[in-house]
Amino acid sequence: MAERMGFFTDTSICIGCKACEVACKEWNDVPDDGFVFRATSYDNTGSLGADTWRHVAFIEQRAPAGGDGGEGIDRWLMSSDVCKHCTHAACLDVCPTGALFRTEFGTVVVQADICNGCGYCVPACPYGVIDRRERDGRAWKCTMCYDRQLGGLEPACAKACPTDSIQFGPLDELRARAEERVTALHEAGRPEARLYGESPDDGVGGAGAFFLLLDDPEVYGLPPAPVVTTRDLPQMWRWAGGAALTLAGALALCFGVPSRRRG
Amino acid sequence: MTREQAMVPEAEFRSYYGQPVIKAPIWHEPHMPVYLYLGGLSGAASTMAAAALLSGHDRLGRTARVTAVLGAVAGAGCLVAELGRPERFFNMLRVFKPTSPMSMGSWTLAAHSALTSLALAPTITGALGSVAARSASRSAASRSAVSRRSTSGFATRVAVTPPAFAIRAAVTPPAFRPARGSRWSGGFHGALSGEGAVGALVAGLPVAGDAAVVVSALTGPLMATYTAVLLADTAVPAWHAAHRELPFLFAGSALASAGAAGMLGTPAAQAGPARATAVLGAAVETVAGAVLERRLGLVGEPYGEGRAGRLLRAARALTVGGGLLAAVAGRSRPLAAMSGLALTAGALCTRFGVLAAGRASAADPKYTVVPQRRLAEEPEETP
Amino acid sequence: MAECHPVGFQWVVEAQARGAKVFHVDPRFTRTSALADRHLPIRAGSDIVLLGALINHVLRNELDFREYVLAYTNASSIISGRFADTEDLDGLFSGFDEETRTYDPSSWSYEGTGEEPAAGLRGEQLEGGRRHAEAAGAEQYGSGGAAATARPPADPELRHPRCVYQILKRHFARYTPEVVADLCGISEEDFAELAGTITANSGRERTTAWVYSVGWTQHTVGAQYIRTAAILQLLLGNIGRPGGGILALRGHASIQGSSDIPTLFNLLPGYLPMPHAHEHEDLAEYLTHAGGDTGFWGRKRSYVVSLLKAWWGDAATEANDFCFDYLPRITGDHGHYTTVLGQIDGTVKGYFVVGENPAVGSAGGKAQRLGLANLDWLVVRDLTLVETATFWQDCPELETGELRTEDIATEVFFLPAASHVEKDGTFTNTQRLLQWREKALDPPGDCRSDLWFYYHLGKRIRQRLEDDEIDRPVRELTWDYPEEGEYRDPSAQAVLREINGTGPDGRTLSGYVQLQPDGSTRCGCWIYCGVYADETNQAARRRPGHEQSPVAPEWGWAWPANRRILYNRASADPEGRAWSERKAYVWWDAERREWTGHDVPDFEAGKPPGYRPPEGALAEAALAGTDPFIMQVDGKGWLFAPAGLADGPLPTHYESHESPVPNTLYGTQANPARRIYDRPELPYNPPMSPRFPHILTTYRLTEHHTAGGMSRPLAYLAELQPELFCEVSPLLAAELGLDHGGWATIVTSRSAVEARVMVTERVRPLRVQGRTVHQVGLPYHWGWGGGGLVTGGVVNDLMPVVLDPNVYIQEGKAVTCDVRPGRCPRGTALLDLMEEYRRG
Ligand SMILES: Nc1nc2c(c(=O)[nH]1)N[C@H]1C(S)=C(S)[C@@H](COP(=O)(O)OP(=O)(O)OC[C@H]3O[C@@H](n4cnc5c(=O)[nH]c(N)nc54)[C@H](O)[C@@H]3O)O[C@H]1N2
Ligand SMILES: Nc1nc2c(c(=O)[nH]1)N[C@H]1C(S)=C(S)[C@@H](COP(=O)(O)OP(=O)(O)OC[C@H]3O[C@@H](n4cnc5c(=O)[nH]c(N)nc54)[C@H](O)[C@@H]3O)O[C@H]1N2
Ligand code: SF4
Ligand code: SF4
Ligand code: SF4
Ligand code: SF4
Ligand code: SF4
Ligand SMILES: [Mo]
Repeated sequence: MAERMGFFTDTSICIGCKACEVACKEWNDVPDDGFVFRATSYDNTGSLGADTWRHVAFIEQRAPAGGDGGEGIDRWLMSSDVCKHCTHAACLDVCPTGALFRTEFGTVVVQADICNGCGYCVPACPYGVIDRRERDGRAWKCTMCYDRQLGGLEPACAKACPTDSIQFGPLDELRARAEERVTALHEAGRPEARLYGESPDDGVGGAGAFFLLLDDPEVYGLPPAPVVTTRDLPQMWRWAGGAALTLAGALALCFGVPSRRRG
Repeated sequence: MTREQAMVPEAEFRSYYGQPVIKAPIWHEPHMPVYLYLGGLSGAASTMAAAALLSGHDRLGRTARVTAVLGAVAGAGCLVAELGRPERFFNMLRVFKPTSPMSMGSWTLAAHSALTSLALAPTITGALGSVAARSASRSAASRSAVSRRSTSGFATRVAVTPPAFAIRAAVTPPAFRPARGSRWSGGFHGALSGEGAVGALVAGLPVAGDAAVVVSALTGPLMATYTAVLLADTAVPAWHAAHRELPFLFAGSALASAGAAGMLGTPAAQAGPARATAVLGAAVETVAGAVLERRLGLVGEPYGEGRAGRLLRAARALTVGGGLLAAVAGRSRPLAAMSGLALTAGALCTRFGVLAAGRASAADPKYTVVPQRRLAEEPEETP
Repeated sequence: MAECHPVGFQWVVEAQARGAKVFHVDPRFTRTSALADRHLPIRAGSDIVLLGALINHVLRNELDFREYVLAYTNASSIISGRFADTEDLDGLFSGFDEETRTYDPSSWSYEGTGEEPAAGLRGEQLEGGRRHAEAAGAEQYGSGGAAATARPPADPELRHPRCVYQILKRHFARYTPEVVADLCGISEEDFAELAGTITANSGRERTTAWVYSVGWTQHTVGAQYIRTAAILQLLLGNIGRPGGGILALRGHASIQGSSDIPTLFNLLPGYLPMPHAHEHEDLAEYLTHAGGDTGFWGRKRSYVVSLLKAWWGDAATEANDFCFDYLPRITGDHGHYTTVLGQIDGTVKGYFVVGENPAVGSAGGKAQRLGLANLDWLVVRDLTLVETATFWQDCPELETGELRTEDIATEVFFLPAASHVEKDGTFTNTQRLLQWREKALDPPGDCRSDLWFYYHLGKRIRQRLEDDEIDRPVRELTWDYPEEGEYRDPSAQAVLREINGTGPDGRTLSGYVQLQPDGSTRCGCWIYCGVYADETNQAARRRPGHEQSPVAPEWGWAWPANRRILYNRASADPEGRAWSERKAYVWWDAERREWTGHDVPDFEAGKPPGYRPPEGALAEAALAGTDPFIMQVDGKGWLFAPAGLADGPLPTHYESHESPVPNTLYGTQANPARRIYDRPELPYNPPMSPRFPHILTTYRLTEHHTAGGMSRPLAYLAELQPELFCEVSPLLAAELGLDHGGWATIVTSRSAVEARVMVTERVRPLRVQGRTVHQVGLPYHWGWGGGGLVTGGVVNDLMPVVLDPNVYIQEGKAVTCDVRPGRCPRGTALLDLMEEYRRG
């Protein structure tokens, strides 16, 4: 396996231009997501989904924690979300067809020709990333531009990002860079800056795409402490096994097996 | 802990325009909940068939076998309908993946369908042989044809032609049969068909069928409960958090469904164990449901609210009512029928309700954010 | 800037990472504000107050970069005794003619000029402002080097009451922080922070840059906004130095290129003025008026003659004035809005619309359409069927019954155009950088490049010409570019080479100083001379930044002479030494006796700092070794503009034409020289009208492009901003009963337009003159068709046609409106609503 590649999205320098959304769709031939005025600030695509693999969130805040709270807005957070390419990826774990696989770059990719649209990955993802496209009945999400990476190119979204809010590279390097950036921001008097998804000790074993946020993750529509659902799978099977035995036992009881045997 | 969570004050949390954090399950209705019901029904029924076989409840056993097949086949049909094309179901079988409950479920379903079909095979071939004395090859052909035919026609045919030998074959526990089944049953088929090879095959069916029944007593409970893991192994808070109770809920519901089917498809005189099963199933389902809502606290809310709440309340009423009816039905046909129908409806409502609760809990960011916040703030806390 | 120039904004982000502090002055909190260190919400239309107060702050506290100011600006120059300031005349400068609403600028000149028609003083100024206001544009002056003398009388002590410095001090004295709070809605503390920061960040060691775009220009005082910033920057020593300057962020991809080689009616290539029909009979006369005689405009004959030679080749000779007579002439204002009114009046019969969508993009939308409907013929060249091409079958006036398709006689020719990726050529961007671009693919179907169109149109016209004398200029044009490919596209390289120019040997020239006044050189645009030096397309250079110095001289080619910072002589002190190590850019190398540095010095390489011009010297020889502003007649940065502006030598705060508040600074409410029209199609909201109590400002969104012809048809952009919306503060929404996500109708005396409601804290009500003023924001990208996947109201239907008198730009940023909850009435009901508002 080649070096694990990833994204560090530094939302403190995102200008909400959505070039990443557009570049992703252009490169990957993703259909549009409908034309709906959502009245959620400047966000009209809503969330990640089968037809939006990069999504830019817009959050207008009157007074952030510790702000002076005068009249009018205090800050406008923008953040480009993407598939986290989890170390322990629930989508991949639960996929019954093997359509989802881990690439040599450590990323998680759906193979459209294998996916049967069972939709299981959809509720399995703790970040609400992957989704089924109803018109072709398959699951879609960011591939971290697997094809571009194979060709030695950086992903389209990162390439298009004017401010380098999206940084692509070997995950270890990115983590180091991110630490530096957080320190710099703290020194510059912005204690609210924090990393999200960078820790290999978190519930998904660390995200391949992690973020620098300026507020709690849920404010951006991100889960505060996601856990890969399959972590509890052995336990689940045990409980199911218990229930299965109960079922069999109950029947045995009802039929008096093996005591009441008739010829 | 359970008590504390049940009493948490109205959760305060922040979100992105109240939008969900995770994606709700996208499975279609009625396909998915009906599949869950049918899987449970088939699973419990096949186990019931085995129990009947072992305990000599021939008539009830036959109903159970038929129910098991019907449930499995119709369930597979629902799956295919969900996926859009049959090939997409077979695509599931290109890998065997223990981390995927759906993969495990697919293999279970495949095995279970095969086993329950096999379990029924002697019944059918026997039926055909006895009534029309047709050639074995043709009976084999029509068997396969029949298995693909509309379920109601199939059921009717089995019901109207009870072949004595089939019953005999079926009720004889495999353990007491000679090791070489060909000799044992070959007489009928060999004599009837006069064609050695096919005849031998057909002759082997009852034995294989009974063996299948017994083995399906292994796949059956799995069929009835794996779906709970299927749901629990997601990020849907109301499902994941319920991973202890859901299997019992489903197991109970499956028992009740199978009991109901047994009551409906078997003369009351022979349906005693089915009634007992129904009562016990209803009890297990009701208790599991109550425990679930209590233990889950905040995350369990969706089970009691909105559409899910209505469905699950209906389910509870139907299940409790059906269970009570089953308990008192005795040999009363109408009471048994009412009970059976109530339990079936209850089991269906349970599945629709659980799906709805899952959807509701995914749709409201509260159920994702609040527990995770607590977790994030008190990482020591165990689930 | 983040909204409209996101790619450029990366440098702001990078500067921030290196410690730069960014202020954003904008009525609304935008994506730029989100990243800025401070956002200062300002009342639209009041920036001169803010900038004027900064100037006052600098002057009053003597925070100017005195050495720079003394040496490089006209601070010490003494102004004519006839000059009277707005301070004396309650908001008017001397020379105003009430009747024509124009200025005679002669009293604004340096002492000793004005009275006598000095050499280089142009006709417009001599005849007063009338002609100016009609036919001229400030472009002519600004670059042509408005008239003055190279050595006006001066007081280096800056004490003379009529020296520029003292005039400035008096002029800006009333611009105080209190006035800023009162008129702009910016608190005194916020102002103090801004003032403190920019002054601390200017001087020897540090520089401050101002960046603007149309938020500063689309006002009846737009040019004066920029002038105010220029004065401030000159006082702080921030011009001609790295990290300084006033950066105009231009609009369309090569809009800079289309002013250099202009699509403007009053300019020839390289900012040479367009000759006037009645005043420039021959070349000699034209040249006396075409620019100053001192400074580099002194070479204007070389520029013009080389241009004429490029156009008419061998036919242009000394004997026939180099075909000067062949040039078309202007007779007055032929600007966009005048042309449209001419269409309505029936005096303009035909119209080429190339890469523009005026039916949606230009102010007074209805008037635009009425004009189109009254033409004989209309040619539209665009990528898609924009509204301007389809107005006759689907414009809103059909619904109201004001127009009927059967009555529209305009013959419309739609000729599909190739897009920028389907042709090669150059873009000239904001910092004058020419970048060559290869064609990526062939245009589809019948689409052809604009170059193809004009070239082949020219060829066809020439084929049909008779021997008629009147056609001689067209017959004799050099029109012989090599043709390439299946469609016989003229070679864009050849065109660029012609623009660069050639010498007597037929080889390309390497710089404009090689241009000759005798017809031996040819050059299509003197400022572009050098872009094809050494027979090489210099604009195509693509050496990566990390392989060269930070100035990156080998990326593309910047005019003039590949200089990246203009007037960079000012980055060194009068003796030629860098002002500071940190800010060293170009300097005088005494040993080698030449200017050197990181960039191409914007100065004659061998002119020492100690050079003093002899009496009577002309052109650049008239400028001293300490005069960095080499295009100016006196080589100085002009704090006071003795000529060149139609509305005054100094910026003055006037309210916008329709302002909801009175001008408390002067008795003159709005710019007295602004251009207004008395037309029934284009009524105005009365100033301070209670019917139109809110300020309406229009702008762009990152997701769309201008009139939408390039973004509304693209699904990936249209989905990002699918509907027209108005931005209002929660307070205003509550007052008016507007629901977030619901509908509102915005009304002016021109029309009413419906929009979805975006209630947002990003728009905040301002306290102005003791009362709350609400601002309503509307992006203007929607139209009713244009092949758009998304449609919406035409915001320009709401806008008035009232113009800045210098450059004729419409006031699009600060007008007034009313807002009503709910959707807009349609058809005749809309006309009824308008009637209701007009009656009051
Ligand atoms: N994405 C995108 N980029 C574009 C374009 C586009 O359509 N879309 N258009 C291009 C073109 S043609 C141009 S000209 C440029 C224009 O670029 P900009 O000038 O940046 O564009 P606008 O959004 O029209 O106006 C800028 C800001 O001016 C503010 N404003 C209004 N009145 C005032 C005022 O009186 N004072 C101050 N300080 N601010 C004021 C508005 O609130 C607005 O935020 O953008 C170019 N780039
Ligand atoms: N209310 C309000 N009105 C405004 C403004 C504002 O801020 N507020 N801003 C003003 C400003 S700054 C501007 S620049 C104008 C813009 O207004 P317009 O210039 O009228 O509108 P655009 O949509 O930019 O029109 C450019 C057209 O050129 C086409 N095009 C693109 N490439 C080519 C090509 O290579 N060849 C040809 N032939 N066509 C091509 C595009 O499809 C597009 O339709 O709007 C002005 N109007
Ligand atoms: S974020 Fe979701 S879709 Fe992406 S890898 Fe993780 S689990 Fe899979
Ligand atoms: S929808 Fe496709 S990718 Fe998702 S789990 Fe099913 S087969 Fe795998
Ligand atoms: S990495 Fe590629 S696929 Fe993923 S969001 Fe970026 S552009 Fe889209
Ligand atoms: S391209 Fe970069 S700056 Fe623009 S929205 Fe995406 S992440 Fe933000
Ligand atoms: S559209 Fe072009 S000019 Fe505008 S920011 Fe993007 S790259 Fe620059
Ligand atoms: Mo523009």
